[in-house]
Amino acid sequence: MSNISNAMTAGASPSFLRRYGMWLIPAIVVVSLPWLLTSTVAVAVLNQMGIAVIFTVAYNMMLGQGGMLSFGHAVYFGLGGYFAIHGVNMISDGEWPIPLPFVPLFGAFAGLAFGALFGSFSTNRAGTVFAMISLGLGEMMASSSLIFTKFSGGEEGITADRTEALPFFGVEFTTEVQIYYLIAFWVFLAVFLMYRFSRTPIGRLANAVRDNPERAEFLGYSQKWVRFISFTISGGFAGIAGALFALNYEIVTEETVNALTSGVVLLQAYIGGVGFFAGPIVGAVIFTLLQTLMSNYTEIWALYVGLVFVGTVMYAPAGLTGLIMMHVPVAMAGRMGTLTQPYARIALPALICAIGAIGFLESWHHLSAAATGEFEMHIFWMTFDFTSPITWFVFSAMFLGGLWDARRVAPAVADTYGNALHYAFTGEDQ
Amino acid sequence: MSAAIELRDVRKSFGATEIIRGVNLSIADGERHAVIGPNGAGKSTLYNLITGKYSLSGGDILLRDEVVSGLAPFQINRKGLSRSFQVTNIFPRMSVYENIRCGVLWSLGYKYSFWHNVDNLKDVNDRTVEILEEIGMQARAQIPAGVLTYAEQRALEIGITIAGGANVILLDEPTAGMSHSETDQAIALIRKVTEGRTLVMVEHDMGVVFGLADKISVLVYGEIIASGTPEEIKGNAAVKEAYLGEEVED
Repeated sequence: MSNISNAMTAGASPSFLRRYGMWLIPAIVVVSLPWLLTSTVAVAVLNQMGIAVIFTVAYNMMLGQGGMLSFGHAVYFGLGGYFAIHGVNMISDGEWPIPLPFVPLFGAFAGLAFGALFGSFSTNRAGTVFAMISLGLGEMMASSSLIFTKFSGGEEGITADRTEALPFFGVEFTTEVQIYYLIAFWVFLAVFLMYRFSRTPIGRLANAVRDNPERAEFLGYSQKWVRFISFTISGGFAGIAGALFALNYEIVTEETVNALTSGVVLLQAYIGGVGFFAGPIVGAVIFTLLQTLMSNYTEIWALYVGLVFVGTVMYAPAGLTGLIMMHVPVAMAGRMGTLTQPYARIALPALICAIGAIGFLESWHHLSAAATGEFEMHIFWMTFDFTSPITWFVFSAMFLGGLWDARRVAPAVADTYGNALHYAFTGEDQ
Repeated sequence: MSAAIELRDVRKSFGATEIIRGVNLSIADGERHAVIGPNGAGKSTLYNLITGKYSLSGGDILLRDEVVSGLAPFQINRKGLSRSFQVTNIFPRMSVYENIRCGVLWSLGYKYSFWHNVDNLKDVNDRTVEILEEIGMQARAQIPAGVLTYAEQRALEIGITIAGGANVILLDEPTAGMSHSETDQAIALIRKVTEGRTLVMVEHDMGVVFGLADKISVLVYGEIIASGTPEEIKGNAAVKEAYLGEEVED
């Protein structure tokens, strides 16, 4: 992003493609995807992904841009969902002339209103106080959604039939692909507006307050107001995501407001990289893929997601986007070639270590969940006897051996990267 | 004549200990005024009282005849007072350019706007470039502020302090931790950017104070024991005893 702002502040007038390419190219991809991936399962995954993208970018308006760590952002997502699903029911009961594509505005309204309400007392401070209040509010709303059953439908939730809304230019949103285009439209609108927000005075000051609230006050800005505005707007966009969830699944339950949903959005933002505007988009896409594809192969996919998260926090705190961005200067200097060999050198033991870990965890899972007399498991296109000591020994050895070798060569690989980066900035080798 | 900033019987206690014991001070428009004093005299406390970080235990602080004590820092800032910090206080993850630009926005009326695109605001970007030229950092504009050298960060901080166009500038030990040559550059910079403004500075370094200030006040144990031109302060017996005497012991 900084390259773009540099070009603009330097007074250069960027070419059409430079200026709009970052919107145009994804737009073409998104529009053409349903033709490339024709299965309804693929489209269903894409729908889930789109919803996750809006929610995570909205979440990162607070975490990455504003320095507010929330453990309860599902509140605004879920309330957006409830308002939207009631909206659909009211539209179909009262035959209101509101077509379905406008229903996410119900969610936006709910998110903004509750964001303003809860933000009014939780944004005085960032840090631990803010995090604890968000956790409390999240728990409160999750339990309320099981208590106030008239509004939330209790454990069964609230259902609706989206096809009963007014047809929109003849489209009744009966198929997955039709709802896909509705979600895609809102993804573009919401992400565009959130990007624009980051380039406004208040969006810039959100960064300033994140970095140094005391200093920001001496620029004339109340840290509380800056946080409050970001928080409220973030709630509004989370509400849009929740409304799209309601339209996509035609059901909203307590799950949409609970701590699990709040946790998932945090994981997505972190895995993608909270320091970049595009980070949460990457995180939402990767996470949805992990979740939907891996669950076809293993029952303990959530454990792997957790390991990926811990690994990201420990070894790549800037997230996947951070890993990519740290190579941009090297690539621009034409030095990626020097990194191929060392990266391959560490990738091999890392892969062996990962296979060992997966084999070990799968054996363990199968052992604890196996029916009597069952002793075979199928992983890596092979069959293993998980009761045999050999299986355990081989996987453990792969894990430990891979880990040992990867850690042994890691400093040299990091040095090579450091050299390449040094060259990229100075034009000289170290 | 109306004073740019005036302190009337300002007091501050922490628990039973009175740190500031009735300070009266009037600083004229356009004056460069330094507050000096030995360690523990209450300089930083006084500074934090003026800038609204601490609340007063007694007395009033007036900015152009308007009482500002009791207001929040951002409200005091909007009335035309700006400050720097003793510990370097910038936005480390933002570029130098962004640091200055954030300082410019409020004063040009953009406030909490969420509809303007900052890259298209000509007045904001022009003013930002002006400030960058004034502090001599155009060449470093796109570098993240966190990687600047210490002296550069202090210069940037002065840039942020003046970016909002405040008339009264408070600097807290602006040359602390600098080498001799860096200090000389910093003094030149401060003299340049505070031209036509009122400057109040808290400083330990005698060279800086005598080279920059029009007037000096000496704070000892929470009271001003002398106030006057550098020449008068140099010749003041009470100051020699309380302050310079202690310096010799060091």
